[in-house]
Amino acid sequence: MAEDLNWAIGGEAGDGIDSTGKIFAQALSRAGRHVFTSKDFASRIRGGYTAYKIRTSTEQVQSVVDRLDILVALTQRTIDENLDELHDESAVIYDGERSWEAEYPDHITGVDVPLKSLAEEAGGAIMRNIVALGAACEITNFSIENLDEALEKRFGAKGEKIVENNKKAARLGQEYVAENYDLDVDYDIDETDNDYVLLNGDEAIGMGAIAAGCRFYAGYPITPATDVMEYLTGRIDEFGGHVVQAEDELSAINLALGAARAGARSMTATSGPGIDLMTETFGLVATSETPLVIVDVMRSGPSTGMPTKQEQGDLNMTLYGGHGEIPRFVVAPTSIDECFWKTVEAFNYAEKYQTPVYLVADLALAVTEQTFPPETFDMDEVEIDRGKVVDDDTVDEWLDEEGRFRAHANTEDGVSPRAFPGTADGAHMSTGLEHDELGRRTEDTNVRIEQVDKRNRKVDTAREQENWDYREFGNPDAENLVISWGSNEGAMVEAIDYLEERGVDVRFLSVPYIFPRPDLTADIEAAENVIVVECNATGQFADIIEHDVLQRVERINKYNGVRFKADELADDIEETLKTEAKAQ
Amino acid sequence: MSSDVRFTDFKSDKQPTWCPGCGDFGTMNGMMKALANTGNDPDNTFVVAGIGCSGKIGTYMHSYALHGVHGRALPVGTGVKLANPDLEVMVAGGDGDGYSIGAGHFVHAVRRNVDLTYVVMDNRIYGLTKGQASPTSREDFETSTTPEGPQQPPVNPLALALASGATFIAQSFSSDALRHAEIIEQAIEHDGFGFVNVFSPCVTFNDVDTYDYFRDSLVDLKEADHDPHDYDDAKEKILEGDKEYMGVLWQDEESVPYHQTHGVTEDMTDIPDGAADGSMDLVREFY
Repeated sequence: MAEDLNWAIGGEAGDGIDSTGKIFAQALSRAGRHVFTSKDFASRIRGGYTAYKIRTSTEQVQSVVDRLDILVALTQRTIDENLDELHDESAVIYDGERSWEAEYPDHITGVDVPLKSLAEEAGGAIMRNIVALGAACEITNFSIENLDEALEKRFGAKGEKIVENNKKAARLGQEYVAENYDLDVDYDIDETDNDYVLLNGDEAIGMGAIAAGCRFYAGYPITPATDVMEYLTGRIDEFGGHVVQAEDELSAINLALGAARAGARSMTATSGPGIDLMTETFGLVATSETPLVIVDVMRSGPSTGMPTKQEQGDLNMTLYGGHGEIPRFVVAPTSIDECFWKTVEAFNYAEKYQTPVYLVADLALAVTEQTFPPETFDMDEVEIDRGKVVDDDTVDEWLDEEGRFRAHANTEDGVSPRAFPGTADGAHMSTGLEHDELGRRTEDTNVRIEQVDKRNRKVDTAREQENWDYREFGNPDAENLVISWGSNEGAMVEAIDYLEERGVDVRFLSVPYIFPRPDLTADIEAAENVIVVECNATGQFADIIEHDVLQRVERINKYNGVRFKADELADDIEETLKTEAKAQ
Repeated sequence: MSSDVRFTDFKSDKQPTWCPGCGDFGTMNGMMKALANTGNDPDNTFVVAGIGCSGKIGTYMHSYALHGVHGRALPVGTGVKLANPDLEVMVAGGDGDGYSIGAGHFVHAVRRNVDLTYVVMDNRIYGLTKGQASPTSREDFETSTTPEGPQQPPVNPLALALASGATFIAQSFSSDALRHAEIIEQAIEHDGFGFVNVFSPCVTFNDVDTYDYFRDSLVDLKEADHDPHDYDDAKEKILEGDKEYMGVLWQDEESVPYHQTHGVTEDMTDIPDGAADGSMDLVREFY
């Protein structure tokens, strides 16, 4: 198991906790160490309690743990909130000159540093957190030059003077601890020659979108998805794209839909409450067969719920949300690097199958920064498949005898040709009404069935053509099978090591594809014990996995717009019973 | 764009199911004429339609089109135009679509000033659901859901547009074929958001705001010595309670459309078959 150090800084919102934590995380990353960060935060601008936590090791770390080794506490509440995680070897850095008297149990080492006074000496009280970082460097024997690089990155734009002041502040903190304390805690931070990049899940999604050729983004600010929009703003423009901040999520998805109809790769991102609103247009996206990537960065629901807390509660909504029956893909990246790659995949699925794709991430992925070797995001590996797009020359193949473009042609694989507006002779209508091949409204029962079947057939085609596999960890022959989806992968992969120490053998399947998804029937039947792990109360993924392995009932379905009739139903049932009898 | 495009080229072969005499026929004809007169053709034109009687227009016209969700036509049209600025985008809907369920989008679409044309077929009634009050229905207009009349003042769409910072505000009448097409044409040619409220009478459910009413009461600004570039004059006429005007009430000569203010001029549909050059710089940024 990785030898790790767990470090945190905590205080009130508005204390600069986030940016200070990020500077230390970057310093560690520059020193060739792996980093995994997490945040305790509330939905408020000032006050309350907020903390930025870092777990670091020379080996890859992909989860948080319940242990804190070094804590920079700007408030008493920071200490109180973390008492359970502090242990005999823990050190707490605090400012004894502040108005509050730090209270902590005797077994914890207190390091009283006059953060504010030293910051003022360096040029301003605002740098007191940087003084604390310098103190932390001394306690961990971590070279302060690593911090310099991170400070240059953070403050470089503000001028040389600011950078120099911050460097000085860090050194004053370092020297103060060196001169006044002889600590016997042993948290030496080793360095390596490795180069890592440090990013969070929202940024990975944004970067994946640009790499995948996304050129239009519309969104409405919402925690924890806003980082996607903030990342894309400015950057997507460098690639000829644009971000629109919409007036609401109803508008955001329609803006994105419009851009997609025009032929751009287009995306919107939101969290659960935004998905509620977007659900109105979701059916239109699917029925008009428009490729669109919709990102749901989940947080605790329902309603406003706990906006800054983790939950995987939207699985059913993304799978089933919307009136009527809507073919869709649901993809859930299982790690931060996968947020990048699954976004790339999502755009290809959307365009190949002309279908909305839900990319379901969650708060744990969104707010966590993690280190990766840069080649993890090898842009040469990105492939873009735009599907069946016709141009001025090939459009003819898809015109009917009267020269009209068959935008919803009833093809064998269910996928119709796509003509971007501007294509000569490709002009056509698309609508949320049931329509014929030309996109014109119809209530004809046969055409209705034809179009429903055609749209559903796209999913069947995708099932056959794509690889909807799970990611596997642990002992493949273990009798204990653990299944999970989304962001739990990192914690579960590390949990396997803990379990191994306790003599418990586990096979772990991490499933990034919710729909279509791998058939786990054989895996489940081969196991003695099966556990499904997910961050919600009712086990939404467990429900669908159980459903998959159930023996199926026979089905009679009617969807041409006409109700069941008694005599017809009797015939159908008799016919079904006969077929079943024959099969047995 | 070919110069020999006729307005009938914008007509689809679907026969409209609008009631005989419906104002929407005239509104649509004017739109098609204006599109042809401004040098557009069906292959470079994108029509976005809302829901309601007016929303059917996308089916009866021939062009690239999307018939969307109730009230959300403006965001769709905005997305289309930003993704491909070469397209001529025309958004059409009714008073319910634009001033009730879509009122929020109206305000923000006006603010954005994207270079598209928004035509509202205003019949002051919900026709497709068979005669309920709309946001522009008169205060005392009795309907199945408002037996005493709505008893609320109607929305003044022109004032709403003005308050939102509109750069082009016009009003038209579907039955005055010549003037109507002319006004739509001006809206198309405007550099920015061209908004036209078109009185498009419902002959089946509205016996108050009829052809006769509009014919008798509408004042053509052409004959009223109106300067559409005079903001104060426009404001006065728009807020006047007892008169209704036809023509361009307000046009901001300084209008700068969204794609210019935001530097969105590239066709976004053209992308490479892998990550674009320079993508690795995005990764390096995270060092």
